[in-house]
Amino acid sequence: MLEVSGLNAVLGNREVLRDIHFAISAGDWLMVAGPNGAGKSTLLRCLSGALPAAGTLRFEGRDLREMKPGERARLLGVMAQTHRTAYAYTVEEVVRLGRLARRNFWGTPDSGAEEALEDALRLTGLEALRRRSVLTLSGGEYQRCMLAQVLCQQPRLLLLDEPANHLDLSYQQQLYHLVDAWRQQEGRAVISVEHSLSAARRWGTHALLLSDGAQAAFGPVRQALTDARLCEVWGMDVPEWMRQQTEVWAEVWADECPR
Amino acid sequence: MLAMKKHSLFLLFALPITAAVMLFCVCVGSVAVPLGDTLTALWSGLTGVEGPGGAMESIILDVRLPRVLAAALVGASLSLCGACMQGLLRNPLADGSTLGVSSGASLGAAFAILIGFQLPGLPLTGTALMAMGFAFVSLVTILSLAFSLDRSLSTHTIILLGIVFAMLVSALLSLLIVFSGEKLRTITFWTMGSLSSVGYPGVALLSVSLAVSCALLLPQATALDAFALGEDTALHLGVSVRRVKLLVLATVSALIGVCVSVGGCIGFVGLVTPHMARLLVGPGHRRLLPASLFGGAWFLMLTDLASRALIPRVQLPIGAVTSIIGSALFVWIFARSSRKEAA
Repeated sequence: MLEVSGLNAVLGNREVLRDIHFAISAGDWLMVAGPNGAGKSTLLRCLSGALPAAGTLRFEGRDLREMKPGERARLLGVMAQTHRTAYAYTVEEVVRLGRLARRNFWGTPDSGAEEALEDALRLTGLEALRRRSVLTLSGGEYQRCMLAQVLCQQPRLLLLDEPANHLDLSYQQQLYHLVDAWRQQEGRAVISVEHSLSAARRWGTHALLLSDGAQAAFGPVRQALTDARLCEVWGMDVPEWMRQQTEVWAEVWADECPR
Repeated sequence: MLAMKKHSLFLLFALPITAAVMLFCVCVGSVAVPLGDTLTALWSGLTGVEGPGGAMESIILDVRLPRVLAAALVGASLSLCGACMQGLLRNPLADGSTLGVSSGASLGAAFAILIGFQLPGLPLTGTALMAMGFAFVSLVTILSLAFSLDRSLSTHTIILLGIVFAMLVSALLSLLIVFSGEKLRTITFWTMGSLSSVGYPGVALLSVSLAVSCALLLPQATALDAFALGEDTALHLGVSVRRVKLLVLATVSALIGVCVSVGGCIGFVGLVTPHMARLLVGPGHRRLLPASLFGGAWFLMLTDLASRALIPRVQLPIGAVTSIIGSALFVWIFARSSRKEAA
């Protein structure tokens, strides 16, 4: 579905991505992991067309950079780390903008717009908030609103930048289940930047490990995220750190969780 | 549903309200003209049928009507520019002057007044032509500089350069005023805005400019909604970001240039009226742009009326009146929005 090779990107005079190469097929969920400043979000910006990049970037054989913005938006849905708007749009208005690339010349919505809107609001649990101003939403609610917009777009490939940011545990769980079910439908795939290695390991089919703008590993998630590589990329004993994180809960987990 | 009804009602009644405000502004002034006489004079002016004639008809058709029409058109234009700029730059404090174009235009006008630049035989004076020329040069300068510094033409770069350019132009204007001598009053009056000497050629120029600008800007309404969520989001949603940005910036600049060339610098209209329109019809640009057009027309017609009728036999500079009323309104809108968000 997506083929990337020899991808290089420069910001100012600094080379922020060097010789990145990977490919994903329909049904894949590629987790992009790495320390701060490794180039994870920059990679997503290059794929989405927000940053210029050199190298090969093909979606089903076609150069992504040669596509018009509207055509690209019908294939790629991007949920970036966005700043909020200053105006009191309702949740529904923001989600509906996901259909912008499918409007006709006169700006009339396409025939599937209403169904896509209702599906997106239902899947993200925003039906009750549809008339609320986005200025009054919490961080997590706004994040869900932006996810709903991307789902309303009905793209083939989802690009998500730290999608679980601001979400509470319950919505994190819902988000991962939702995206997992979404990518298993025919002809769809997901690339997401992920800080939680546990989530990357649990939900990803493949992983791309970045370190200081270079590719440290790519492959099926269990082969890419090995102990040795994680220790090397983060410069610390990652398994030991994660063990400590779970040990503090061992006593609690011994009791059954009340439901 | 209630909100939708409110929006539709606003747009349904906008045209009759505009006509009523226009009629009111034509009737009222230092000399009050009865409504019947005003309607008769307007009918005779429109149809060519011979009217009662005399001073009243002359006041209405030659003085007040072009002035009121110019106020409506300048107000609508400035407000449309403000609404577009606030959406495009995702900045509630932006308006047509954010780019520094109106400052450039006033510098041109002041320069023309200082050197006495006139073009005999042309309906537009040399001052107006010079203002438009300087507005265009300002736009090209700002956009070229922005492009050379930042090829993506990011809104932050444009806003910063616009502010710096406006400050530079303001300093140059101060220098010009120092050397203006007896022309000081004319230049000062221009920089504070005035619609007192606008005739039908100015009205025609404003009408054509506004019509062309509407044809270019109104179809960008949905793209402006996407811009209001952020430039990257607009790109991800399928907006051709650079094309829309250049189109909106160039159109807004040209329209501002025309407005300044006709009526001088009139502040706060482009800043305040889009916010008032947002309170009535919401932030979506498909409704906001038409609402801003009407709101701007009403605001400037009424403030122009205040500027000529508030103190008998004294014409206050309209820019000063719009700034006084506009700043008070802006504080009210800000306080109201803050209370609403906190609720």
